[in-house]
Amino acid sequence: MAADPESSGGPPPLRRRAAPCVLLLRHPPHFTLIDRPLPDGFRFLKPWESPLPFDDFLASDDVRSAEAILTSQGVPVTADMLRRLPAVRLVLTTSAGLNHIDLAECRRRGVAVAGAGEVYSEEVADLAIGLLIDVLRKVSAGDRYVRRGSWSGEGEFALGSKLGGKRAGVVGLGRIGLEVAKRLEAFGCTVSYNSRKKKPYVLYPFYSDVRELATNCDVLVICCGLNEQTHHMINREVLLALGKEGVIVNIGRGSIIDEKEMVQLLVQGELGGAGLDVFENEPKVPEELLALDNVVLSPHTAVFTTESLSELCNLVVGNLEAFFSDKPLLSPVLDE
Amino acid sequence: MDASSPQNDGVLLLPEVLLLRPSALALPFTAGLGAHFRLLDPLDSPEPARSFLSSRCRAVRALLCLFSPALPVKAETLDLLPSLELVVVSSAGLEHVDLPYCRRRGIAVTNASAAFCEDGADYAVGLLIDVMRRVSHGDRFVRAGSWPVQGELPLGFKLGGKRVGIVGLGSIGSETAKRLASFGCNIAYYSRKERLHVPYTYYANVHDLAANSNILVLCCALTEDTRHIINKDVMSALGNEGIIINVGRGALVDEKELVQRLVRGEIGGAGLDVFEHEPKVPDELFVMDKVVLSPHRAVFTPESLEGVQELIIGNLKAFFSNEPLRSLVQYE
Repeated sequence: MAADPESSGGPPPLRRRAAPCVLLLRHPPHFTLIDRPLPDGFRFLKPWESPLPFDDFLASDDVRSAEAILTSQGVPVTADMLRRLPAVRLVLTTSAGLNHIDLAECRRRGVAVAGAGEVYSEEVADLAIGLLIDVLRKVSAGDRYVRRGSWSGEGEFALGSKLGGKRAGVVGLGRIGLEVAKRLEAFGCTVSYNSRKKKPYVLYPFYSDVRELATNCDVLVICCGLNEQTHHMINREVLLALGKEGVIVNIGRGSIIDEKEMVQLLVQGELGGAGLDVFENEPKVPEELLALDNVVLSPHTAVFTTESLSELCNLVVGNLEAFFSDKPLLSPVLDE
Repeated sequence: MDASSPQNDGVLLLPEVLLLRPSALALPFTAGLGAHFRLLDPLDSPEPARSFLSSRCRAVRALLCLFSPALPVKAETLDLLPSLELVVVSSAGLEHVDLPYCRRRGIAVTNASAAFCEDGADYAVGLLIDVMRRVSHGDRFVRAGSWPVQGELPLGFKLGGKRVGIVGLGSIGSETAKRLASFGCNIAYYSRKERLHVPYTYYANVHDLAANSNILVLCCALTEDTRHIINKDVMSALGNEGIIINVGRGALVDEKELVQRLVRGEIGGAGLDVFEHEPKVPDELFVMDKVVLSPHRAVFTPESLEGVQELIIGNLKAFFSNEPLRSLVQYE
């Protein structure tokens, strides 16, 4: 049983104070997909269960007492929302990406932010490589060819291209980028990278300009986050620099690439191929891509394995319990 | 002047090489080969093959075996070639060559697996990621317009931490193991003999390998011993969640049994580049999302084909110059 809080001198154990209120902007699919209930010890406020429109819901006394917000990829935490919920001290997201959170406002208000940390890094890297092999070696295209009964032993289906010896450019060398680079090396690719800043202990050649990186690469793998600087960073010039035989893989966010330009270049044969797990207006995928054999399309699944979801749920619960016990967050988002 | 080529009336005679090839094959290599060697091709002659060999090939010292030749590289052919010293094989596998016969006669054999092994390994890993992370399934899902309408794909599975059993640790198997290690997989293998200095766990039989693996990757040659090596017992040992990737030969697997288990949910999934009666693929597989089907191309890229040509020419040139062969098969 819990000791008398006065005598132990520590903060009250979770059970002894009123359950902290957490505003849940969307029921996290990460929990439902693996049949995991939300953790006990917290009061989750669910806008979709209220008859009130969202604005009125936020204004209600109940919700104004929320001390934390739990959100998911694509569900924004805006400056306005933070202003209207002055008791919020923590924003927690189930995603690795942070582009849906107004980080500047959080910083101004001293609101802590925590995300998925490194829970997904290996899985996302695995999918990036899977997409790359698929595009270069035409795995899905081959599967389509066999399934429609076209395989007759006469070899009309064009061969793919070898991975080994290809020059690969990793855009964004965070944990995911590093895991991607490690795998690329095992396949005999040479790795260079572009990042906001050169990384001090990394031996891969650094390019400060992403277009220059593309000029010197056969393959680009987009592993960075989406923010003001990276929005449409992969534009027409970069894609043209990558070239007719060039392949782009995107497991970051759709808007890092100027999608309209990319589609046009793919259709015109100015870009060799693409492996895409993310799109500017998901789940909408540009129709022109559906007719192309040199693209592989993935419905934003990079993080969705049973193993990573399980770890993610543990992390969410762990972060909530830590925060409300005045302990350090497990996966705080640090300012760089 | 090339010391190996005899001169005759000032005309440089290229060394003779007997070419054994499949009848239907459009030859990607002959242009390159013709510059260095004089090719004798029984399929190009109106003479019946045996007669061609006995009358024209008695002095032939080298033979090039392209893929699955119409004339097998076995006793009935080799008995007609008394001067033969070298067999150059273009494929990764050696199943159409009678190796014991060659050994008895002191005929050297070279293979081409070094030219193919990286591409073969890349593809094997690609198939595995595809099965585990539903890449082709997802692509199909998006192309069918299902993403907005039907929500999500079923979850995939992480590669890291999975136990991968490699069947056959030759060049393709070794390259596959190296790649999967970078994904955090635990690698074990079965091979005819244990390999020393290899950091992977060895199992002396495939059944035990399967019992201790989540995934089997088939990278071995097809021989009498390995035919249906992945049988009912091995599949049971692998278990209901097990995954099989085959970039070897279709007949390594009891295909009928595999299909039945896939239908009944007694095996987790499969990535198949080869089939017992290709290009015929069992109908049941066409409607399954947990299989990835591939038209026998794991080792083939323009780069590997160029590599094979280079290796063939390299071996033949070395032979005719009395230099060490580049990819000599060591008899066990």
